[in-house]
Amino acid sequence: MSATTATSRASSAPESKAPAGRRDRPQKWGSPVTYFIALLFVGVCIAPVLYIVLGGFRTNAQITTEPAALPHPWVVGNYVGILKSTVFWGEFANSLIVAITSTVGIVALGLMVSFVIARYDFRLKGAMYSLFAAGLMFPMVIAITPLYLVIKDLGLVDNLLGVIIPQIAFGLPTTVIILVPFLRAIPNEIEEAAAIDGMSRLGFFFRMVVPLSLPGVVTVGILGFIGSWNNYLLPLYVLNSQANYTLPLGVQVFSSQYSTDTAKVLAFTSLAMLPALVFFSVFEKRIVGGLTGAVKG
Amino acid sequence: MSDTLGTDAAAGRRSRGTPGAGDADSSVPPAPPRAAARRRGRARMRLEIAVLSAPAIITFLAFVILPVALAAYYGFYQWKGYGEPTDWVGLNNYELILTDPAFHDVLWHNGLILALSLVIQGPLAIVLALLLNQRIRGRSAIRVLIFVPYIISEIIVGTGWSLMLQSNGAVNDLLHGMGLGSLEADWIADPDLAIWTLMAIITWKYMGFAVILMLAGLQSIPDEIFEAAQIDGASYWQIQRRITLPLLGPTIRIWAFLSIIGSLQLFDLVYIIWGQYISGTAGTSTMAIYMLAQGRNAGNYGYGSAVAVVMFVISLVVALIYQRFVLRRDLRGAVTEGTV
Repeated sequence: MSATTATSRASSAPESKAPAGRRDRPQKWGSPVTYFIALLFVGVCIAPVLYIVLGGFRTNAQITTEPAALPHPWVVGNYVGILKSTVFWGEFANSLIVAITSTVGIVALGLMVSFVIARYDFRLKGAMYSLFAAGLMFPMVIAITPLYLVIKDLGLVDNLLGVIIPQIAFGLPTTVIILVPFLRAIPNEIEEAAAIDGMSRLGFFFRMVVPLSLPGVVTVGILGFIGSWNNYLLPLYVLNSQANYTLPLGVQVFSSQYSTDTAKVLAFTSLAMLPALVFFSVFEKRIVGGLTGAVKG
Repeated sequence: MSDTLGTDAAAGRRSRGTPGAGDADSSVPPAPPRAAARRRGRARMRLEIAVLSAPAIITFLAFVILPVALAAYYGFYQWKGYGEPTDWVGLNNYELILTDPAFHDVLWHNGLILALSLVIQGPLAIVLALLLNQRIRGRSAIRVLIFVPYIISEIIVGTGWSLMLQSNGAVNDLLHGMGLGSLEADWIADPDLAIWTLMAIITWKYMGFAVILMLAGLQSIPDEIFEAAQIDGASYWQIQRRITLPLLGPTIRIWAFLSIIGSLQLFDLVYIIWGQYISGTAGTSTMAIYMLAQGRNAGNYGYGSAVAVVMFVISLVVALIYQRFVLRRDLRGAVTEGTV
């Protein structure tokens, strides 16, 4: 709707104004300013992160005397100590297991139900969509106490499954909201062509929808993975024993345990955030670049 | 796999049947099989819908809707969390919440955070996305880097920032080093500053997400439109104002919705940096913090559940008003377009 209004308005307005000779100006406009602002923005974004990472290479004495300085000399002891500890790797493995299974669950369940909402005609379709859309209003914070009781009744306390399954459930609203428009945008012609070629609805789902919606799926997957990796509240309630802790709990315990050893806390913190960063930078192109690809092509 | 085979076979049967049969009787048989096939198709469709949607819906109902419904139920009881709730207090919990000055405070903080998030992040994100959508070098690297704060967990952001913002921390040291020693402050505990510190951290953390979302929206606008406008002689800013912004509308609306809901439900950052007690005196506590402090930490699970319900109702009302507002705006656009 807004698209048509915009194009018609656009085609009428500019004609009267700018002369035709300025055609290629837009791309070159203000390049240095653009770079400057972009660099400034990037700087603001990563400086605190660098502070955490670099702080891990300093000693506590350095941090106390000059809080904002670079490491001098560089100390690797903090990082080495943490990389050698079994506690860190145990928590790391737990986080990884929880994140991967949650992501797979969110993507699989979300894609199936989004496909139904986007491409099937039935009476409860709207209600189904609203159900999940309403889920956006229920953050885990609101439901956490009764949720804990449900998990307890299922015997999943201090069990990684007690974190995984609720995470899948709470990840579904975003997934549906993102994937439904995506699946709807797949042209009907493709589905008709597939049907003419003798492909069933389900065949269409696996052979056409899944590959065509891959960019959307990757987006949802990344959000799910990072959401799980960073989840703090649910593990806090569900996991009791340190053997089952995920990294956010580990960071909290570590920072209160070593509250006087700032450098070590910073090192632990930066190692805990590293996997999410790596995961994101590997898939980043898909997130922005890919969002439109399938629909356009 | 078997589905495709099945339909193939059916199609084969039909095509084999047609040439063999005479014109006269071919007009009779095609109708019933097609109807049967349609009926079978209908049943098939129902089965597919059930199989594809059941896992998601069951999980969602059991772990999201049921707990929320339980919260609504517990909200009517004075309940310490052990055994079945029996002490029915009706709307008493709600009355206490709505008349508690402490709740008014946290409500005000949430409102402030909501408004400031929209006002600060929205325009900034659009402008930055427009800038970054140009063909500049290192664009993909920039995109990765600005998203970094968003992917880092609240606990890490909280730990890092509270270390930096301590009165003897890096921020004050940096200000001192730059000769701005007079600006040094107690960023976390000072009640006049704390809410702005929180806003700065929120903006820092969620800005990248807003920009990436806007960039994705920008990319979904077909290049042809820009090319056409350029050929018509539109200037860069004309194109942005007349074409990009209106076409970015849906993205902006989705972002604003997410931001509003997020602001109303803010918990982790405040809890990690300020904790439930300091956040009260520093003026940064939110409804979720109040819920935790008055509910679980005080052992009043019934009261905490009632706070959860109030939070939910507020979110719902705000969301509905928002939708009205957005709908009306869309309508107005359509009307003016019609008359002009």
